[in-house]
Amino acid sequence: MRANGIVQILVFFEIVLLLTKPTGMFLKKVYCDEQHLLKRILTPFERMIYRLIGVDPSAEMNWKRYSVAMLLFSLVSTLALYALQRLQGYLPLNPQDIAAPSVDSSFNTAVSFVTNTNWQGYAGESTMSYLTQMAGLTVQNFASAAVGMALAIAFIRGIARHETENLGNFWADLVRGTIYVLLPLSLIAAMLFVSQGVVQNFKSYDFAATLDGAAQTIAQGPVASQLAIKMLGTNGGGFFNANSAHPFENPTPFSNLIQMVLIFLIPAGLTYTLGRMVRSQGHGWAVFSAMALLFFAGTFTTYWAESRGNPIYPANVDQAVVGGNFEGKETRFGIANSALFATVTTDASCGAVNSMHDSFTPLGGLVPMVNIQLGEVIFGGVGAGMYGILVMIILTVFIAGLMVGRTPEYLGKKIEAYDVQMAMLYTLIFPVIILVLTAISVLAPEFGLASRNNQGAHGLSEILYAYTSATGNNGSAFAGISANTFWYNTTLGIAMLAGRFMMIIPALAIAGNLASKKQAPATLGTFPVNTGMFTLLLVGIILIVGALTFFPVLSLSPILEHFQMNAGATF
Amino acid sequence: MRDLITSILVVFIMTITLGMVYPLAVSGLAQVFFSFRANGSLIRNADGELTGSELIGQRFTSPRYFHSRPSAAGDGYDAAASGGSNLGPTSAKLIKRVTADAETLRTENPGSPIPADLVTTSASGLDPHISPAAAEFQIPRVAGARGLSELQLREIVERFTESRQFGLLGEPRVNVLLLNIELDKIRN
Repeated sequence: MRANGIVQILVFFEIVLLLTKPTGMFLKKVYCDEQHLLKRILTPFERMIYRLIGVDPSAEMNWKRYSVAMLLFSLVSTLALYALQRLQGYLPLNPQDIAAPSVDSSFNTAVSFVTNTNWQGYAGESTMSYLTQMAGLTVQNFASAAVGMALAIAFIRGIARHETENLGNFWADLVRGTIYVLLPLSLIAAMLFVSQGVVQNFKSYDFAATLDGAAQTIAQGPVASQLAIKMLGTNGGGFFNANSAHPFENPTPFSNLIQMVLIFLIPAGLTYTLGRMVRSQGHGWAVFSAMALLFFAGTFTTYWAESRGNPIYPANVDQAVVGGNFEGKETRFGIANSALFATVTTDASCGAVNSMHDSFTPLGGLVPMVNIQLGEVIFGGVGAGMYGILVMIILTVFIAGLMVGRTPEYLGKKIEAYDVQMAMLYTLIFPVIILVLTAISVLAPEFGLASRNNQGAHGLSEILYAYTSATGNNGSAFAGISANTFWYNTTLGIAMLAGRFMMIIPALAIAGNLASKKQAPATLGTFPVNTGMFTLLLVGIILIVGALTFFPVLSLSPILEHFQMNAGATF
Repeated sequence: MRDLITSILVVFIMTITLGMVYPLAVSGLAQVFFSFRANGSLIRNADGELTGSELIGQRFTSPRYFHSRPSAAGDGYDAAASGGSNLGPTSAKLIKRVTADAETLRTENPGSPIPADLVTTSASGLDPHISPAAAEFQIPRVAGARGLSELQLREIVERFTESRQFGLLGEPRVNVLLLNIELDKIRN
């Protein structure tokens, strides 16, 4: 680890910290329909949309109606994106004449982008036409993010309100999040990216005669517009196969910094929005602090592990001069920014990568995997991180209540059997999907194991990471695995669907139940949720739930590989 | 049922506004304000033929040029098939490749330790840069092949070494293509 690397990490966090309050304030104004500058300009546009879609934005929905609207919208989105891929060969803006991807690949991709996972079993530059990238993938980058934010806000309303069935209007939340938050910020970010060298054009690929007399085809496309929302919406699906490692998708260290800040911007802001809406800013910051602690732990572990380099390399290779383990990393980012990006992208459910996680040292690669397995609650995906951490908070106050022998309360609401059952359902669905699907794949030599790119413990890591990433709706990968097969396309698609919707429903059920409760004033016996004690307890619960579930399988994959690497074993 | 119709309408409106108007607006602005960047930062030679992009690495094999890192993109620096090797740290294939590459490089500049970026593939396979140490390592070979003094080459390499952005971000690096184009300009 180098001083400069540590400073870069701290500078990044400082920027996120400074942006948390303004972002959170703005989000609160948007979703509570208060006045703000953009609203004054765009109100006619917003009203026009409501007229076109026939929605009364002030008509409130209970949690079931809210869920149904969200599910139907996701279903229509999936079908539209599937159709667009299958038909791309007949549609315009396809200068490379790329044919339609296969049925199972199109299903996988449609599900992947609608669930905010953006797992990619395909290589962008050789699979998707420009039209599919913009009118299909870019649109779902916006939509899935707006859905996630709407759900987080609905959950927060459930806590803030009392004795009501209502959680807000899904359509109004969807529209407001898109036109006031995602679209304006994307526009600004896209222009910043172009200024750094991200391409934005509709040319066919360029042919160059290289200086040393070879031919080179250079892929092009409308990248910047998609890249902006890819990061801001914690989507992470790359325009190019190499994602944010591609020089056209992340040309400079500055573009890299903007990308990382965009990932954390909304999730961090939402902790402030939470504090604002439940009228306990201290609680918002306590949640933020728990996330920050886990963020620093992960970042410095990865940075340390990658800085150590690979001990199996021949002795005359100088790894210290580039800072550490350099396979699968870009020179302009180096070790510190690769480790930081890998942690940020898996803390949140982004999944963009600027280095190849598959080639990380075992412990360096363990951290991204564990980040996802903890439920992506370390800032987390836009919205998904917020309702994920709220479920963890409910478990925390429940356990705190058990320890002191009082009925657990959260911000004046009694936490009862139904809430805890739903929270447990939310917590259990996740590991069950990951572990069962991984186990089946490991037991199947022809369709499961055959897709590995690496042997030994690392091969298990590849399969485990794939299902972890899909179920966690992350989308990053130990990308050596050849996942564009019928088995992986289908099961990863199912994992993504289950990891999104089977977890949203219990979360919304808790929100609906909380909203209907009475709000009791805090007493001396109430466990305060705005203190350092609460922060530490929350971190403890997150670690225990995640670690106990996944420790056995992790000890057979990255942890085992760590000792094998130190012993100089290869496979 | 009502929500189903609304869903279809919302997806339709989003496809038009976010899928068409927004990317076209960004393209329009990008082409006006940052035309060079938006089109791929392309480099043309004196005859106007396309040499490449200053952001996309190329493969160099001639000893007269500074070499880029190994690449896993297609057959090497295929800018239509980006990607890394995705070989894990205990992969026998990786260790074999690194060892073989290190052996080749050792004959080029005996005695000097080999900077790790010269034996590792990048994440994109299109890394346009090498570390300043990797450039320094290659100076004796290029100097010999071109009949230039090492001192002269070192001066050029230093000129083409980019420092951290704003003095803080990223790592110092040398753009291989730009450096080699500069070398070709020197008549000796």
